[in-house]
Amino acid sequence: MTEPHLLSTPDRRPDTVSRTRRVAGDRTEGQSYLEVKDLTVTFPTADGLVRAVQGLSYSLPLGRTLAVVGESGSGKSVSSMAIMGLHDPRSTRMTGSITVGGEEIVGMPPAELRKRRGANAAMIFQDPQSSLHPYFTVGDQIIEAYRAHHRVSKRVARDRAVDMLGRVGIPNPRRRLDDYPHQFSGGMRQRAMIAMALVNDPKLLIADEPTTALDVTVQAQILDLIMELQQDFGSAVLFITHDLGVVAEIADDVLVMYGGRGVEYGRAESILGQPLHPYTWGLLESIPAVSGEPARLHPIPGTPPSLLALPSGCSFHPRCEFAGRVPGCTVDLPELVSRTADTTRASRCHLTDPAGIFETDILPRLP
Amino acid sequence: MLIYILRRIASAVSVVIVTLVASFGLFFVAPTDPAGTICGQRCTPERYADISASLNLDEPVVQQVGDYLKGLAVGRTYHSGGAAIDCDAPCLGYSYTLGQPVTKLIGQALPITVSIVLGGAVVYLIIGILAGVVAARRRGTYLDRLMVGTSLGINAVPYFVVALLVSLYATFLPHSAYHPLLENPLTWAGGLLAAWLTLGLANAASYTRYSRASMIETLGEDYIRTARAKGISERRVVYRHGLRAAITPIATIFGVDLAIQLTGAIFTEAMFGLPGLGVLTLRAFNQYDLPVLMAGVLVGSVVLVVMNLLVDILYTILDPRVRLG
Ligand SMILES: Nc1ncnc2c1ncn2[C@@H]1O[C@H](COP(=O)(O)OP(=O)(O)OP(=O)(O)O)[C@@H](O)[C@H]1O
Ligand code: SF4
Ligand SMILES: [Mg+2]
Repeated sequence: MTEPHLLSTPDRRPDTVSRTRRVAGDRTEGQSYLEVKDLTVTFPTADGLVRAVQGLSYSLPLGRTLAVVGESGSGKSVSSMAIMGLHDPRSTRMTGSITVGGEEIVGMPPAELRKRRGANAAMIFQDPQSSLHPYFTVGDQIIEAYRAHHRVSKRVARDRAVDMLGRVGIPNPRRRLDDYPHQFSGGMRQRAMIAMALVNDPKLLIADEPTTALDVTVQAQILDLIMELQQDFGSAVLFITHDLGVVAEIADDVLVMYGGRGVEYGRAESILGQPLHPYTWGLLESIPAVSGEPARLHPIPGTPPSLLALPSGCSFHPRCEFAGRVPGCTVDLPELVSRTADTTRASRCHLTDPAGIFETDILPRLP
Repeated sequence: MLIYILRRIASAVSVVIVTLVASFGLFFVAPTDPAGTICGQRCTPERYADISASLNLDEPVVQQVGDYLKGLAVGRTYHSGGAAIDCDAPCLGYSYTLGQPVTKLIGQALPITVSIVLGGAVVYLIIGILAGVVAARRRGTYLDRLMVGTSLGINAVPYFVVALLVSLYATFLPHSAYHPLLENPLTWAGGLLAAWLTLGLANAASYTRYSRASMIETLGEDYIRTARAKGISERRVVYRHGLRAAITPIATIFGVDLAIQLTGAIFTEAMFGLPGLGVLTLRAFNQYDLPVLMAGVLVGSVVLVVMNLLVDILYTILDPRVRLG
């Protein structure tokens, strides 16, 4: 079911990885910092069981960036919140395994989770406007994050916060520390969020659509900042986005999610250059042409599946234009496995010659 | 900020003055015969004239307003039955029926009402907000349903039933009576406990639901998720980050409630034998004691205006986004 040979990709940046400090992962030689194995997250609701994430597996070593892409509701946020241990255990069922630095997160007692949250793994969110507390100063919030994991005086934490604000490119950090979030611009707020997330030097940074709410120019700055800080900190970055343009810029690896499952996984170059899953093709076709008019925009027909009752077989079959070409689409759920000579990539589709179909049918349609 | 507050105070003062003049017009120009009502059945012409003069009813309205304002500012002298009665500033008039300056009457009644209302507020704010937070955190559980149900139940019974139950069952409380705070804070509190408990319980029910709703909304905010993601304790998430934001809308409701209770604590006062403002104005109403009624209106409008001002100022303190220029 899972494909460890695929997912434990060798590091492309040994230089940054070798700089890892007091890495808990040292104990788990050969394992990636983040390992997700057969993760299932379901929410029992009045309408039935919402299967938000099913059979999800991937791994992410230090120094690399994994982009998770997929339509709204595909389980990107739910799976990343699971890594942070942010789901309410009273209303969430989780099975499978998530290890961060070798430690199992699924089933960990809440108090233990809390100690690790923000220290080993930190998260930044989509909308910096609503993600920062409007009633506390930016400095206060960063200081609180630092002191949650370090027994230091307020003074020391304050200096650390000033330092972090400076590092994320906020001018005049000592003065801006006492500003409230509403006194910051959107881009600066996201910088402050990043400062807050990185204040404890986490080895895993999860960024859940961190640029979606920002202007295009500011988006680019924030992306640059995240990449730059990743170099400095040598951390692993899990980057959630809708935007394949962003993926091209930032990602080493890509995981495409559909209906709570991974449907395609591989190096960013392969996934963007020659995707093998019809859903990924649909995503590529639905990007607005960056330079020209948005004339060639083809949204994927149909709507995302209901997580209460996923379609039989391949969940994508009701929307897939190739569903008729191969038998089994409507009855057999394909596995996410390597289907080519390239063992670094995997896809969850029954098609026998996806590469050929991509060349003949899809490529000519792309902008 | 300071300019804002000064401007608000100026507008508050003008609201009070307008209320004053308007109620003056309504009361004294009304097609009634206040002197006759006060004078009663066996009224001699002398006594009638006397009362009219003491109420200044023989003067034009404008002059009456002027005299009233002057009395407020520097005091005035009333003539009754040939005797001169000095009424020191701030003079709110002279109650013919009680034979006392109104300022003194208000001065006796106001501390009682304020004591009842503020003490009750402490009770319902603490109980209501804590219960609301607990219910919000346990949303959907039996505990939550029990708390919401109890709160709805308490609100469904008439207020006097709550008072009755407190009197019947809380017999361990000291006898209800007003003792000035400065004489002995313990007897002051003891004499008010039953009233506080009644006011507190009845209102705690509503405040439980206000704070539950506000807390549920706040706990769903993105910044609460951010706070959890930091790894701080859940208690800190709920009370520092959650309650801090959830309390702001409650402050607005509280300001309005407090104003209403200060001017309308009559039930509580009457049932527990505490001669506060409500009791004083009710008596004035029944006996047609115009100066006391006027003073009641005046105090009421001042209370409303001051509470509004306080809520607005509180808002600027609570919510840093509301910075006023
Ligand atoms: N606590 C919950 N209870 C029930 N359903 C939930 C809960 N949290 C999330 N879901 C559902 O799980 C599904 C996946 O949500 P998720 O937030 O992971 O999507 P996403 O891929 O991040 O989408 P987006 O791009 O819109 O952020 C959604 O259909 C959502 O309604
Ligand atoms: S398995 Fe069938 S339905 Fe699913 S993506 Fe492949 S071709 Fe389409
Ligand atoms: Mg999301």
